[in-house]
Amino acid sequence: MAPAKHTLIALVEDKPGVLNRMASLFRRRSFNIESIAVGRSEVPNISRTTIVVDGTTTSVEQVRKQLDKVVDVVRVVELSAEDTISRELALIKVKANSVTRSEIMQIVDIFRANIVDVGSDSLTVEVTGDENKIDSLLTLLQGFGIRELARTGRIAMTRGLLSPLQIEKDKPGTRAKKKKE
Amino acid sequence: MKMTGAQIIFECMVKEGVEVIFGILGGAVLPLYDTLPQYPQLHHVLVRHEQGAAHAADGYARVTGKVGVCFATSGPGATNLVTGIANAHLDSVPMVAITGQVSRPFIGKDAFQEVDITGITLPITKHNYMVRNASQMAETVKEAFYLARTGRPGPVLIDVPKDVFTEEVEFTYPNRVKIAGYRPTLQGHPTQIKKAAKVINEAKQPIILAGRGVLISGASAKLKQLAETAQIPVVTTLLGISCFPETHILNFGMVGMHGLAAANMALNETDLIIAVGMRFDDRVTSNVNTFAPGAKVIHIDIDPAEIGKNVRVDVPIVGDVKVVLSELTKLIESRQNLGWFEQLDTWRKEHPSTYIRESEGILPQYVVRKIYEVTEGNAIITTGVGQNQMWAAQHYLYDRPNTFVSSGGLGTMGFGLPAAIGAKIGCPDETVWCIDGDGSFQMTIQELATIAQERIAVKIAILNNGFLGMVRQWQELFYDKRYVATPLSGPDFVKIAEAYGIVGVRVNNKIDIVPAIEKAMAEDGPFLVDFRVEPEENVYPMVPPGEGINAMVEEPREAVKVDSQKIKTRNM
Repeated sequence: MAPAKHTLIALVEDKPGVLNRMASLFRRRSFNIESIAVGRSEVPNISRTTIVVDGTTTSVEQVRKQLDKVVDVVRVVELSAEDTISRELALIKVKANSVTRSEIMQIVDIFRANIVDVGSDSLTVEVTGDENKIDSLLTLLQGFGIRELARTGRIAMTRGLLSPLQIEKDKPGTRAKKKKE
Repeated sequence: MKMTGAQIIFECMVKEGVEVIFGILGGAVLPLYDTLPQYPQLHHVLVRHEQGAAHAADGYARVTGKVGVCFATSGPGATNLVTGIANAHLDSVPMVAITGQVSRPFIGKDAFQEVDITGITLPITKHNYMVRNASQMAETVKEAFYLARTGRPGPVLIDVPKDVFTEEVEFTYPNRVKIAGYRPTLQGHPTQIKKAAKVINEAKQPIILAGRGVLISGASAKLKQLAETAQIPVVTTLLGISCFPETHILNFGMVGMHGLAAANMALNETDLIIAVGMRFDDRVTSNVNTFAPGAKVIHIDIDPAEIGKNVRVDVPIVGDVKVVLSELTKLIESRQNLGWFEQLDTWRKEHPSTYIRESEGILPQYVVRKIYEVTEGNAIITTGVGQNQMWAAQHYLYDRPNTFVSSGGLGTMGFGLPAAIGAKIGCPDETVWCIDGDGSFQMTIQELATIAQERIAVKIAILNNGFLGMVRQWQELFYDKRYVATPLSGPDFVKIAEAYGIVGVRVNNKIDIVPAIEKAMAEDGPFLVDFRVEPEENVYPMVPPGEGINAMVEEPREAVKVDSQKIKTRNM
């Protein structure tokens, strides 16, 4: 069975309204998007968007193809579950007092997370990992009282040398995103 | 050379081969219109509502294959275009719409007549732009035309702030367009084409289901070659009408909700659908779960996103229809398929959907048939939306490409009249008839003024039944005849026409139908005929919504006169 969560990478032109175009598309076609993370890519004026789609409720194929129709979207690829490194970053503000502080710090250590701010009654934890790791840490910290949570959503990359743009250069005339046709 | 933003727009348009612009001016586009006289080769048609501008540009584009152009001012001018843009979007019509916007310093301040038209039209355009500097103008206009007409065509909107029209910059015409995220696939994949050929050569009861993509691609001749070589019957979608000659022995007519019975039955029984330039709209498939149960599907379309969207596809081919068909036909074996044709012919004889019964009153389908006869099948027909559209689709036979102009995807009432204006301007030597309903006609009736002012020789046939007829038909069949808000008390259309300076006649009796049509044809200018037709005539066959196409309801054979005691017979 295909995994429920699919990762799409969309390389988009850094133009006004491009996020709006993508978001509008998701809404209009009732695509269920778990997360979307946007930032710069290695190419000037091209932003890299990582989109996580719930494959149980939404046709990933349609998301890919419809995104590809957006003129400002340069390229869309779906990353396979096996060859992908994916990470998410979370900032978690936990209630802490002199009694609980050391216990929280131990848990944070186990998760190789960092304490980035300490207050008299709180700790702020920075954690990086896949969603499962962050979810597990959150479960453990739940008991102490989570005051604030910020997650970036998944960003992802394939292993090895090739990037989505390079795949294009290597195969002139073909587009990796059309692989299923 | 230094030029203003407005001049650059027109320079680019001239280079794109634009001949005509439909529009209405207003505050924000004043500088644009003020520049227009410098370009006498561009003919501007002043419409009476911006929706008419978009529909006229649409009709022009459909008959000529060129990009239709319309102008509107900011705010309400721009929002009035919206229906027309959405209409072009759903039917893949190449169009460039230019809207004025408030000057740059006012943007985002809720200024007078400011509206976020790029935001509004985002989901109904192929792409849109706001030009923030005149230095981007040439590139933007060039890109817009390129996007509008290539790949799967569609409308592109350019929003221009008033002060950008007047901003002076150095003008150099860009030689080529380069859009990183846009490269339509034209060549079909050879492996897929081979696979398709194999499936076609093995099929026992294949059928070609052709859509508007064949017309857009200019592939009618290629389609004919394929159908004739392999002796495959052809059915079309509503918008596919005219892509394959309707008097051709292989043409079995339109499919879908009001498709001909034999065509729908063929679709239900076929073992192979060769879908060409169409998108399996729900008006074609009805219930997708019971659609063509025994059929494999080959789907040829330029838009990869259409493949597998609505129905499962066995052999997808992404590419330009004409290019793909040329390659495919080379691999197709010539053969006879008599058994399948006998079956189709039997269905056609047993279910003569285009049979018109005897009637004392004027049957709307009879009017359409008479227009066909008088024009000898040589007219371009534009339609409104509703019953008039379906009768025009069923009872006129279209043999030449792009002679049936109708709003398919959006189903926009009021499309017929402005589309006829565009069609006549695009093809001045053709006879153009607008077959409309009294409801549909009244939605853009003001364009009679445009017709009068421009002396556009459009012939108008109103199938006047005093109802929003198609909705009334649904109320009759599915809402226990509760005719809520469907009866219309229309005006005297002949007097209306006269008031606009257009000649018209009313036809109350059957014997006056042909003379009225002939009179319209003899008139040099525009002409309106108000046909007072049977008020409660229904369009048959009809597939009830939600049911399979094999569950279509046909016209009761024994019916002599339209009355409330009609018994619906269900065939099959």
